[in-house]
Amino acid sequence: MLFLVYKLTLITVILLVSLGIAMYATLLERKFAGFLQDRYGPDRAGKWGLLQPLADGGKLFFKEEYMPNTADKFLYILGPCLTMLVALLTSAVIPWGPPLVIGGVEYTLQVANLNVGVLYVFAIASMGVWGIMIGGWASNNKYSLMGAIRASSQMISYELAMGLSIAALIMMMGSVSLNEIVAQQQGWHWNVIYQPIGFLIFFICALAETNRHPFDLPECETELIGGYHTEYSSMKLGFYLFAEYINMFVSSAVLATLYFGGYHFPFIGRLGLSPNVAAILGMVILFAKIIGFILLFMWIRWTLPRFRYDQLMRLGWKILLPLALLNLAVTGIFILLKG
Amino acid sequence: MNENYTVIHPEDIDKQYTTLNLGPTHPATHGIFQNVLTMDGEKVIDSEQTIGYIHRAFEKIAEHRPYYQITPLTDRLNYCSSPINNIGYQLTVEKLLGIKTNKRIDYMRVIIMELARIADHLVCNSVIGVDTGALTGFVYIFQEREFIYEIYEEMCGARLTTNIGRIGGFERDFSPKVIEKIREFIKRFEKALIEFENLLLRNRIFMDRTIKVGPISAERAISYGFTGPNLRAAGVDYDVRVFSPYCSYEDFDFIIPVGTHGDTYDRFCVRQTEMWESLKIIKAALENLPEGKHLVDDPYVVLPEKEKVYSKMEALIYHFKIVMGEIDAPKGEVYHSVEGGNGELGFYLVSEGERSPFRLHFRRPCFIYYQAYPEMIRGGMLSDAIITMSSMNVIAGELDC
Repeated sequence: MLFLVYKLTLITVILLVSLGIAMYATLLERKFAGFLQDRYGPDRAGKWGLLQPLADGGKLFFKEEYMPNTADKFLYILGPCLTMLVALLTSAVIPWGPPLVIGGVEYTLQVANLNVGVLYVFAIASMGVWGIMIGGWASNNKYSLMGAIRASSQMISYELAMGLSIAALIMMMGSVSLNEIVAQQQGWHWNVIYQPIGFLIFFICALAETNRHPFDLPECETELIGGYHTEYSSMKLGFYLFAEYINMFVSSAVLATLYFGGYHFPFIGRLGLSPNVAAILGMVILFAKIIGFILLFMWIRWTLPRFRYDQLMRLGWKILLPLALLNLAVTGIFILLKG
Repeated sequence: MNENYTVIHPEDIDKQYTTLNLGPTHPATHGIFQNVLTMDGEKVIDSEQTIGYIHRAFEKIAEHRPYYQITPLTDRLNYCSSPINNIGYQLTVEKLLGIKTNKRIDYMRVIIMELARIADHLVCNSVIGVDTGALTGFVYIFQEREFIYEIYEEMCGARLTTNIGRIGGFERDFSPKVIEKIREFIKRFEKALIEFENLLLRNRIFMDRTIKVGPISAERAISYGFTGPNLRAAGVDYDVRVFSPYCSYEDFDFIIPVGTHGDTYDRFCVRQTEMWESLKIIKAALENLPEGKHLVDDPYVVLPEKEKVYSKMEALIYHFKIVMGEIDAPKGEVYHSVEGGNGELGFYLVSEGERSPFRLHFRRPCFIYYQAYPEMIRGGMLSDAIITMSSMNVIAGELDC
């Protein structure tokens, strides 16, 4: 019973936190873009525009529900729902901090300590394309369809390189459990130091998987108007837009967990903190890393132009994939030599 | 061949293409015109342009207006550089009337026109950036355009549709504030343009996106009638400012940049270099600004001073006649062209000796470029088609006129 309460609380908290962070990531994005572009960004709703995400959400909820009469109604609604669902699922396996100890009972800050955590993340991430594909197809609009096609081919191409870069990491770690991977990165043993190329490939692929700049071809407003969500309005559009931010948050969390030591931070062991304080500090550190990555995502978005479709494919198949294979081979040789 | 087998060649397959409506209200058209694209997936097989969505019959309207009232119509051609249109039209009328302006008027016009050229090229180049996905450079550069608009505002009170200048000069002289603002612009613009160039010029993604995209050979460009930056990008050094100098352009020393392939990147670079050259011209013109009056001394064209209108009979009559458009132009037929923001902007004016033109034709470079559009995008991707359009600087207002 206690276990159930604890898990439910954790799930609720994590859901709320991911939603909250995604919500405020929209504000952060606009503020950050404003900072980069010599302008203010939203500053009318509340102090520093803090109520802006609520206003945006409210607006989206009350907007007219529009559905093209040629659309496939079931799939049209399924699209955004699936995208949102998938976006929220990934955070289940991420270890958010060291275990908390309350009343002698240890509570791990992870919803599901799967022994195949990495694989789970991948399985779910690759589902992400379904929502976009279904939505783009069901809209019955050529621009949406083109966006959907771009999204699916892009995601499929980049998943390969991403998987291979992760395979090298798993070979080193000897485990596919996220908990294990984090535990092994204690102190300064961050994976990014041992797997810099793997990290680079993974990072680029994460950009592509989340459809962020310079890989935002599926929605590319100057060519495809709105891409796969051209025909969407109201909160269905909101789900698509929101899912992008949740995806960004989750991929930042995965990046921080896999390559940047998760909740670890050098010298944390030497401070002599009680487990609970250390756990909370660890959580803060993980979130700091996540926000750092989110800012990096945003910085890239507001700096670079985007690729063309064929160039994107070339980068994925001809550069990243061979590089990931090479990285895998080199890692293998090292592991073999180390015995 | 055995009759039991059918050999199917790829070209025998009855392939179906998609028709995609690019426009009239597509975000990348930056105005209203339509392209009906035949697509093979992402590839453009063919395209057909539809124009006329914002045709306002300016040429016809001009036939019913006194000469001085036509200047505001020209504002609305290429609204990114309306001063060039205004002054170009005024120069045409001056040619018809046989008015010779002094050096100060010429230099003032040169400064204003070069500012307008910079504003025009800024918009075009930063929009190429936007259409490739880089919004930030656009925002940086728009602050400079804003500053140019402030100079216009100081000069004539308007910003976009300027209606700047009059037949025979300017309605007022450069105020000290205008001179100060232009000096400040020269100072701040260099920095901003360097920053913009750093963002895009050698950016690998941007280069990949633009090099060999939407190319046109010099030969094809000439046979279409290309002029301006688009022709120069193809490698032909034709510039109206040099080939038939007007407004004392022969006094200034500047380079005509030329490209080699006529692709989007060349067009971008040509415009970028032209901005530097324009800046040079503005500097030179401002340094050597001659003394003189800002208007010619011709009572048939120039409004008399207000005090004289209230006190002198003669002045009152001229004032009335000019304002009511009662002054007939001599019979004649003139063509005058200026180097507009995006090419040779020509005015063909036929006068039957009446108060308004018998016929006024605008030679709009955009109208000519747009005819070459299908040829330039054929075989490319949809993304190429978009940036080719923005790099040609097709402005709907000028296209439809």
